[in-house]
Amino acid sequence: MTETTTLSVPVTQGDEDKYKLRMGPQHPATHGVLRVDLELDGETILDCYPQVGYLHRGFEKLAENRTYAQNLVLTDRLDYMAAMANNVGYCEAVEKLLDINVSERAKFLRVMVCEMARLTSHLLWLATHALDIGAMTVFLYAFRERETLMELFAELCGSRLTNTYTRLGGVRQDVTHEIMMKLDRFVNEFPACIAEYETLIDTNRIWLKRTVGIAPVSAEMGLDLCLTGASLRGSGVDYDVRKHMPYAAYDQLDFEVPLGETGDIYARYRIRMEEMLQSNIILRQCIEKMPPGSIVGDDAPDLIMPTIPQKKVTPDTSAHQGLIKLIDDRNVYMEGDVYVATEVPKGELGFYFVSDSKGKPYRMHIRSPSFIHIGALQTLGKGVMVADLIAIIGTLDVVLGECDR
Amino acid sequence: MESIRIAEDLEKHFPDSILEIQVHRGQFSAIVAQEFILEMCQFLKEKHKMNHLNCLTGVDNLTRKGKHFERFEVIYQLYSIEHRVGLRLKAQVKDSDNPCIDSITSLWTGADWLEREAFDLLGISFNNHPNLKRVLTPDDWEGHPLQKTYKLKGNTEWSGFTDLKEKFKQLSQFDFQNTHVQEGTQAND
Repeated sequence: MTETTTLSVPVTQGDEDKYKLRMGPQHPATHGVLRVDLELDGETILDCYPQVGYLHRGFEKLAENRTYAQNLVLTDRLDYMAAMANNVGYCEAVEKLLDINVSERAKFLRVMVCEMARLTSHLLWLATHALDIGAMTVFLYAFRERETLMELFAELCGSRLTNTYTRLGGVRQDVTHEIMMKLDRFVNEFPACIAEYETLIDTNRIWLKRTVGIAPVSAEMGLDLCLTGASLRGSGVDYDVRKHMPYAAYDQLDFEVPLGETGDIYARYRIRMEEMLQSNIILRQCIEKMPPGSIVGDDAPDLIMPTIPQKKVTPDTSAHQGLIKLIDDRNVYMEGDVYVATEVPKGELGFYFVSDSKGKPYRMHIRSPSFIHIGALQTLGKGVMVADLIAIIGTLDVVLGECDR
Repeated sequence: MESIRIAEDLEKHFPDSILEIQVHRGQFSAIVAQEFILEMCQFLKEKHKMNHLNCLTGVDNLTRKGKHFERFEVIYQLYSIEHRVGLRLKAQVKDSDNPCIDSITSLWTGADWLEREAFDLLGISFNNHPNLKRVLTPDDWEGHPLQKTYKLKGNTEWSGFTDLKEKFKQLSQFDFQNTHVQEGTQAND
């Protein structure tokens, strides 16, 4: 006979009837390392406590010790589904803080990559959300189109996920004729692909049962929970940063902001499908209106690394000082603070910068939509079934890299 | 109504609390005292329809000079979706050793996690907050990482890591792989 060892699990007095379940952090439907501590009565959730921080890398602290140009690579690691959109958001904020002008062509290129990123993110959202609810085929279909876009990213800047495509004052590489031709072909074909996804799920009885009327959010509740992006627009609130505070070339483009009425999971699904069509329209306009010219603004800071002499100079420090000095000569740093928001696929991504007239940000705060959406899960998850919680996590479209920072 | 008009209206209603109105790169912000922050946010939300809380965060002003700056300040970025206008409030928290300010979770439930984050990373406490616990770092973390006195690099290890290693040892007592093999052989017999 062998001795059996058991782990002692303490049960609080008076809580014996509640079933405690720890969902995650390795649960496939939590889209990363999200842990949700549940208190259950049967299969109904009494209380729901999301726990985050498993992916916390301290970007805000790191940013205070790196120059503005160096911080750009950190933003790739926020929402790794749409790194391009984060790059644009960061650069727009720094350009506002340091008063740098962007060239016209770079503005259109930024809009172009932003909308491509929105498509990749929404396609991944559709694929995984459908997979969570039980529709496998959509996953394969959506990844087919996403692959086309990812290869275009690779052709444009050399990487698929962590792009680091933008620069302060412009973008890193210009588009080639081949890329534009490929994108043009994609834009022509894409509306038919969306119609194809819709035939799979739009009137599917299981899909409708799992989404219609589940977790409805009213407009007041959405604003109270500080939701943004498609999650808020599903409730009928007309708030899109691209329209409210236009950045890059969005004020020169013609597009609509789809709005929902009911605020349930199905409404948010419809919003994102409509948004993909609108992104397609924006991409079409970008191809047609793409102005010629330089991809970097004329007064953009000269961020070329100073050549390191062959003497005994540690490369690290000389490069740091060089970067700071080059900008300091132009005297662009001023004391002050700005908050600049951009519309990324997940919602409103804001950067709050405090500058103390030195080469590094004094304080950089990232207002990440995923963090706030997971916070709202505590309210939205109360009183629903465990299976619906999966659908709610899916519909809020969270990514933990952005949440934990 | 423009941001500057709203800031002036705020100053009219709370004359003693507004210390200064600033503008930087076209963005207006009001430096305010911490006493009536909840009332000010409520005033802006109800009268000027600033129903969207963009951002709530804190700043450690230890190495930054300014006329009205206290050691800690809390930033409230508000926006009116209806009027398409925004305003930033910068509340100065007086007590530098034990910073404490009123919570605005009664106005926005979404401020809950943002205030927890400010508490976690900067050590600013919020009165009347329903659940003021750490959010991004573990519960037993020492210090508040975004304070300027907190070093970027150090040689100490998180205390919870030893517990974690203990737990792992406890788990490894269960010989999952062997149990599986034994059951398998029994089934074959």
